[in-house]
Amino acid sequence: MITDDQPLLTARGITKMYGRHVGCTDVSFDLFAGEVLAVVGESGSGKSTLLSVLSTRLEPTAGTVCYRMRDGEMRDIYRLNEAERRLLMRTDWGFVHQDAREGLRMGISAGGNVGERLMAIGSRHYGEIRATALDWLGRVEIDLARVDDAPKTFSGGMRQRLQIARNLVTQPRLVYMDEPTGGLDVSVQARLLDLLRGLVADLGLAVVIVTHDLAVARLLSHRIMVMRAGRVIETGLTDQVLDDPREPYTQLLVSSVLQV
Amino acid sequence: MSANAAAEAARPYNYAYLDEQTKRMIRRAILKAIAIPGYQVPFASREMPMPYGWGTGGVQVTASIIGPSDVLKVIDQGSDDTTNAVSIRKFFEKTAGVAVTTATTAASIIQTRHRIPETPLGAGQVLVYQVPIPEPLRFLEPRETETRKMHALAEYGLMHVKLYEDIAKHGRIAKTYDYPVMVGGRYLMDPSPTPKFDNPKMHRSPALQLFGAGREKRIYAVPPHTDVVSLDFDDHPFEVNKFDKPCALCGATDVYLDEVILDDRGGRMFVCSDTDNCETRRADGHRGELLGNEEPRA
Repeated sequence: MITDDQPLLTARGITKMYGRHVGCTDVSFDLFAGEVLAVVGESGSGKSTLLSVLSTRLEPTAGTVCYRMRDGEMRDIYRLNEAERRLLMRTDWGFVHQDAREGLRMGISAGGNVGERLMAIGSRHYGEIRATALDWLGRVEIDLARVDDAPKTFSGGMRQRLQIARNLVTQPRLVYMDEPTGGLDVSVQARLLDLLRGLVADLGLAVVIVTHDLAVARLLSHRIMVMRAGRVIETGLTDQVLDDPREPYTQLLVSSVLQV
Repeated sequence: MSANAAAEAARPYNYAYLDEQTKRMIRRAILKAIAIPGYQVPFASREMPMPYGWGTGGVQVTASIIGPSDVLKVIDQGSDDTTNAVSIRKFFEKTAGVAVTTATTAASIIQTRHRIPETPLGAGQVLVYQVPIPEPLRFLEPRETETRKMHALAEYGLMHVKLYEDIAKHGRIAKTYDYPVMVGGRYLMDPSPTPKFDNPKMHRSPALQLFGAGREKRIYAVPPHTDVVSLDFDDHPFEVNKFDKPCALCGATDVYLDEVILDDRGGRMFVCSDTDNCETRRADGHRGELLGNEEPRA
């Protein structure tokens, strides 16, 4: 669902050095509204570093990340002041962590977790906040009776779905996901992926998803970037790259997937 | 002057206990706090001859602003005659030689723990609060670096999450003391553990309100005539505590009451927490239930 001919996010020459060690080097790409980009690669390939740089969590050594704000203006996210950056993080962006504990307030009820972003942007009507929270719990298939239970009483899959609801409640345009299905068993993974695919399509979200699981990339993403040792070695349409990998390393990755 | 100097030299301690450099440092913090209503100003809190939790912050603030012409009143939970109030009053009688009073109207400085006097304060009066935990976001966000950032950027959504949780669990905002307020439309502030009954008294008060937290090393202030608004939701507005009965001694209905157990057979009475207010009303002839319920003689 690509709605616009202007990119939503542009990354140019992103390099992050950890002292003498390379995190990632010279990564450039454009991401359009409604597009899902998967970043795949083995552990240590720099994909998480890249995600941190893109989401303002880690300042790059070189390169720029520009984002098209809601007013249509392209802004360098590292030139925003901290207040603007934090506002962006909690309104127009979402971040789904691999470990739901990082993305949720574990002691606060599910409803409170979903409502937090609404209250942070000035919503002051309890009834409306609660109705929105209930609506979102329904959309991520969490039993509405659990609205007042804290996520510490939730299963891993429920926590992950709650985290997604919490991020989507402000209707962001761009969501970063760091291994959203990591640590879940396969049936729960399948259900989560199904849900994610539906939501992404319905809401027209742009997503940058980091994963080592090629099946996740296949199911969710339109385009794929394969990283190795901090470099992007191959990019293209997901089906194209996965069906007909060009680079030897990508061929190795694809052939390493277990078949049942 | 020389006689005064001699008297000063004969004192075992400096006037009002703290040395002049310390008072100067605290006064600077107070001035900054007044300039930025509701902002917590760090200060180099000193060891005081009393334990933390007994009002060391309030005592340091009082010691820095008190002068020989001041009249001091000290209350603890509204009462002038509890241990904490009596010892702090004695402390300043001894070290600052000031006149003390229990009458709210006669005092120029009122140091308080957990109450605001019922008698409205006037211009020129200073109310000094003893504060245990100055950070209203502390139990929601444990990182000090993060709470400072939240104050700096006025990101106070989290406080509403706490109120949301209250309503979700109890059907209403269950917080009855330490109730968070917005000061001057900018800073979220902890009014110290006063009952929320007292929150409306802070709003546009003509008196200067100073808050000292000794252990946490913070001073903050509400200058006279500043907006102090209790947080709430549009559909769950802020409400003060209500009492079923009037004060058993003075018959007052619009005041904060303490419950006092009378015997071991379930007997109890509700009585004014503000002892000065209660005594004044009784002197004026008001009689509560336990005193025969007479109306004042006209």
